[in-house]
Amino acid sequence: MNIWASARIAVRALRVNKLRSALTMLGIVIGVGAVITMVAVGAGAQARVAEQIQSLGSNMIVVLSGSVTSGGVRLGSGSQLTITEEDAWAIQREIPLVEAAAPTVRGSAQIVYGNLNWATSIQGVTPEYFVVRDWPVASGKALSQEDVDGATKVALLGETVAINLFGDSEPVGDVIRIKNVPFTVIGVLDRKGQSTYGQDQDDTILIPLSTAKKKVIGVSQANARSVGSISVKVREARMMHAAEEEIRGLLRQRHRLQTYQDDNFWIRNLSEVLESQEASSRVLTMLLAAIASVSLLVGGIGIMNIMLVSVTERTREIGLRMAVGARGKDILMQFLVEAVTLSLIGGAVGIAFGLVGTYAVACFAGWRTLVDPTAIVVAFGFAAAVGIFFGFYPARKAAGLDPIEALRYE
Amino acid sequence: MPRVLIETRDVVKDYRLGTRRVHALRGVSISIHAGEFVAVMGPSGSGKSTFMNLLGCLDRPTAGQYCFDGVDISGVSRDALAHIRNAKIGFVFQTFNLLARTTALENVELPLLYGPSASRARREKARAKLDAVGLSDREHHHPSQLSGGQQQRVAIARALINDPALILADEPTGALDSRTSVDIMGLFQELNRGGITVVLVTHEPDIARYADRILSFRDGRLTKDETLADPMDARQVLASLPATDDAEESA
Repeated sequence: MNIWASARIAVRALRVNKLRSALTMLGIVIGVGAVITMVAVGAGAQARVAEQIQSLGSNMIVVLSGSVTSGGVRLGSGSQLTITEEDAWAIQREIPLVEAAAPTVRGSAQIVYGNLNWATSIQGVTPEYFVVRDWPVASGKALSQEDVDGATKVALLGETVAINLFGDSEPVGDVIRIKNVPFTVIGVLDRKGQSTYGQDQDDTILIPLSTAKKKVIGVSQANARSVGSISVKVREARMMHAAEEEIRGLLRQRHRLQTYQDDNFWIRNLSEVLESQEASSRVLTMLLAAIASVSLLVGGIGIMNIMLVSVTERTREIGLRMAVGARGKDILMQFLVEAVTLSLIGGAVGIAFGLVGTYAVACFAGWRTLVDPTAIVVAFGFAAAVGIFFGFYPARKAAGLDPIEALRYE
Repeated sequence: MPRVLIETRDVVKDYRLGTRRVHALRGVSISIHAGEFVAVMGPSGSGKSTFMNLLGCLDRPTAGQYCFDGVDISGVSRDALAHIRNAKIGFVFQTFNLLARTTALENVELPLLYGPSASRARREKARAKLDAVGLSDREHHHPSQLSGGQQQRVAIARALINDPALILADEPTGALDSRTSVDIMGLFQELNRGGITVVLVTHEPDIARYADRILSFRDGRLTKDETLADPMDARQVLASLPATDDAEESA
């Protein structure tokens, strides 16, 4: 007897008790649906973290001016600008793992445009900054090396700033005043959204590093070439640690630090923080899927229960089939196919339920969800496996019946 | 003399009922030739059902030897027994044992599911057998839509589907009224004349008299083996019965 004949018999047998079959399937439906929904919620959380990594600039290391000890008093991070533009160029030039290094100074100021004003952070940057942060320009153009060399008075606006000062009108070409210095807006940055810490990354203005030092933020008394931070982009994610160590070594050497001296700079590997967040959300996904799988297992027990009832009810039928020539394995196959049919139909409906559930979560809870095709395939396969596993015992029981007793069964 | 289809030699069958051993058959030796029509009689507990189960290859003897169509059954596997039943034996039961919610045609086809034939050939074969029992106009009816006599005819068509050497009928008229019983016996006689060996279990002497040989069992032993010189002819009996009960069959 082939599998299709078995499947036809199975479908017919299931249709005899429609309600019972439907209720049995419900266990699998809920199980598969729950797995798909839970994995979608988990994957959504993971995707959010991945997006944050992206918004930060992937593979990014930040070098900050460190603390210095002045007359026995240790001052905090950034208290003195210990790193310089030259440090940045050295990092970019001498460490092959580094794709680009962008020196940055940061300050804040009140921006005026017409009769509107807005307080925001001002960053003095070089063209490398856009590479390091993966930050494209939405309209207009980015800073060029000429802007930095010539200390031109041009500015790029973050989206938040653009909206607050210009509303719907186009800022490119207009002139804004930063600390009373007129700047021509040459571009608006693409939207970055919130940082990991909830900071609005779009509430900023980028101007050439040289201009910032001369006109806006001012120059350190001690060292005119000093900068607040250097953002470094590493070529490959797995090189992050090596790159961090090389940067540390290079800077210690450049700063002529002795082995007993502490670093006078800080190195922050922000991607790492996010990666650990990603790892924890991955664990969360696994956990959710595992809990959902339990309901799939319970659904399997439901199938086993009903199949046992079915074998008992159809003892005479089994006896008859055996009398007319069915072998044990034919009967085994028939009931196994029936159990698997139950679980597969349940699985298919469960997929639909899962997709609807995912959509509902996204709509009503407002959570980010991401339907994973792999999860669908795995959940469906798992449902089939549950059908085989829990269908096997009742099927074997049916196959082991004695035809004489089965025929006599009342 | 036709070939010997069934041969038992000192067949013994014991059952274990709890801790007790039940001796259902205590040594039965018998030969049945191809083409015979044999009735097996005896009160309940006489061992006739056990004997039937052995003949039908549903069971194997505890001791002794049973050869069916030249094959010693005592030593073959469960699967091999299933194959023999499928290919060579047709069963007819008292309660018909048709599958509910399944058409007459599909019921007749059932044994073919466990044989080698292809699906198209199955349908044609099943039609032919339904036609042979006079039910070609009922092939899409479910058992619940058929009368008792019609259901038993479907069951007989099912038994015939693989052109078996032997038809084993266990109280085939036990659930039928007397006129229909005679009708069914007529069908068996017809099949027997066509060359099929029929073995029938019954406790009704009236029914047994349509066979040409009667085996009587008591307490697990064969007590009488008589050949009827003049068995009854069901066709004639049917013709002599009043036609008033006809309504059931033509319904």
